[in-house]
Amino acid sequence: MHLPDFTLACPIPISEYPAITLAHGGGGRLTHMLIERMLRPAFANPALDALHDGAILTLFDGAGPAAGAPGLRLAFTTDSYVISPRFFPGGDIGSLAVHGTINDLAMCGAQPLALSAALILEEGLPMEELWQVVRSMQAAAAAAGVPIVTGDTKVVDRGKGDGLFINTSGIGLIPADVEIAPQRARPGDAVLVSGAIAVHGIAIMSVREGLEFETTLASDTAPLHGLVGEILAAGGRDVHVLRDPTRGGVASALNEIAAAARVGIRLDERAIPVDDEVRGACEILGLDPLYVANEGKCLAVVAPEAAEAVLAAMRRHPLGRQAALIGEVVDAHPGKVFLRSRIGGLRVVDMISGEQLPRIC
Amino acid sequence: MKYVDEYRNEADVQKFAAAIRRLVTRPWTLMEICGGQTHTIIKSGIDHLLPSEVTLVHGPGCPVCVTPLELIDKAVAIARRPEVIFTSFGDMLRVPGSEADLLSVKAAGGDVRMVYSPLDAVKLAQKHPDREVVFFAVGFETTAPANAMAVWQASQLGLRNFSILCSHVLVPPAMEAILGSPNNQVQGFLAAGHVCTVMGYWEYEPIAERYRLPIVVTGFEPLDLLQGIYMALKALEEGRWGVENQYTRAVTREGNRPAQALVRQVFEVTDRPWRGIGVIPMSGYRLRPEYAAYDAERRFGVGRITAQESPLCIAGQIMQGWKKPTDCSAFGTLCTPEHPLGAPMVSSEGACAAYYHYARAAVVA
Repeated sequence: MHLPDFTLACPIPISEYPAITLAHGGGGRLTHMLIERMLRPAFANPALDALHDGAILTLFDGAGPAAGAPGLRLAFTTDSYVISPRFFPGGDIGSLAVHGTINDLAMCGAQPLALSAALILEEGLPMEELWQVVRSMQAAAAAAGVPIVTGDTKVVDRGKGDGLFINTSGIGLIPADVEIAPQRARPGDAVLVSGAIAVHGIAIMSVREGLEFETTLASDTAPLHGLVGEILAAGGRDVHVLRDPTRGGVASALNEIAAAARVGIRLDERAIPVDDEVRGACEILGLDPLYVANEGKCLAVVAPEAAEAVLAAMRRHPLGRQAALIGEVVDAHPGKVFLRSRIGGLRVVDMISGEQLPRIC
Repeated sequence: MKYVDEYRNEADVQKFAAAIRRLVTRPWTLMEICGGQTHTIIKSGIDHLLPSEVTLVHGPGCPVCVTPLELIDKAVAIARRPEVIFTSFGDMLRVPGSEADLLSVKAAGGDVRMVYSPLDAVKLAQKHPDREVVFFAVGFETTAPANAMAVWQASQLGLRNFSILCSHVLVPPAMEAILGSPNNQVQGFLAAGHVCTVMGYWEYEPIAERYRLPIVVTGFEPLDLLQGIYMALKALEEGRWGVENQYTRAVTREGNRPAQALVRQVFEVTDRPWRGIGVIPMSGYRLRPEYAAYDAERRFGVGRITAQESPLCIAGQIMQGWKKPTDCSAFGTLCTPEHPLGAPMVSSEGACAAYYHYARAAVVA
């Protein structure tokens, strides 16, 4: 086979990064570079180019037997779970793998239909531990009402995996009157968050080796499709963007939206809900809660006229009681997120490069 | 949140900002010593609340920034050894050495671990008697007591597999180096509150006398900084000099004496190279001969490693207050947090990183 324009040059200059570092997986600037410069050009297609939490595939689009009928839109997504520790306050790798993929579907505006689960097991993993994780996946899937319908199992040599990795994929159906895409954010839109931020990341950090500290915090991991159902029922087409701010936190998610829609975003620090315990831990560790991971929260960018109704709908749902209006989309500074600080100053909320690291003093 | 929100109250902040505007009659240049203070200033936008007469320059008080390049190279050489568990505070992991940082050593299979306290490294040494546990002991007087405690505990426990790679630095000699320079522009200092929590502030009194300038011991919250700035400017406007204490809720003149005693027991004062600045006499700590067994440089024979700084990086001039990060030709172009040429772009406390993250784009009102 002849590939005339095929180039062997790696799009990420070897001189800069001869090997993958952990920062490439941190959800910040380096992750972004990996996607933008290597993966997206390599796999380029319209569904991928939408840069959503999942791909949106339109079936029967006005052709064949369903000619004239509105297209049936499926959301399709996948995510891998490689966390350590595997068990943490409020959840474990199993429940996280189920919730995470359900949430990626929900952030496309889809109602989840089914999940797959692939388990990569390291030789020597205690059977009892695997059973605990499997039961946790089962319980999470049952509680969310989304079945795990297919799967795969592989075992790797001792030392070639970190005990247990899980990949889940999911498909969901997008209702006809829903159109969620990061590009739809427009000046004037309200930015809402469904509850207090940074809980998951701090709960995980509190049990990490070397950083253990005492806290009653539990991860906020939860399936968000119910909450999203309420948001869409209240806002319909006025709901422009949904995003669950996982890795990289609220700051990274909003930067991605600002870049995709070529708009600015202006936040009000005082309006952003952060629980005292999380704030305390962030102060001590020198972390900014805006960059800390969440697993049971969603950001919604909605038209100003629908903001009040959507906020009220969020607050009625058990997972959205602390929902708040935290900012707005603006014309100015496209692609950038600014924050009005608690004392009235203004600063840039940038993408982070790599993971946030606790400070010396 | 209690004990935090009080110090970030917008109404009080505006009151202080207005008082400063009323007070100032001519240009003044102040230096905040500590990188933590630099971050509060930039992160909460304090620099935009001050009148144009007041210039804040950012001092050398970022432990990550002043740790010499060759010490990073020594850390990398030690961390690559298969028998070693190399432990460090989080923000040292990303500081570039001549050819690698500790995160890339970890990526290549090295056992590099982040700890929050050097005492956790001692625990690791107890838990892994078959491995060599090394702690990267950097920082100012603030971190010295905990590092001294780790060495002391290891000696009490008779641990033979624990050592520290030590590059402690001290604030007062750095202040004198800045004031003694012919390029000096600093007319008043905000001293680092947490350094003074440990050491007290009596050491600064002779400096304030000799150079006839105000030194205000200052905390880290927005209101602390504004009050510290106000106190320093008031002294300047009134032609006074001497040491004043803004951070009274944490700092006394004498400081934490048991901590000082422990530091003196384990460490002795020595000359130290500062990254970007050069050797400052009697400006750091090294282990006393009685504790030489805990010296990782000696244990792993890395004493002879040397390194050359990037010629483009003006970190030294920035940390002495002669230039601002934005004066650097490499700032934001050749030098970014992903590709730092110098440490101030890496550390969350570094002046260049603070400018890059919070103030890079012209602030749009």
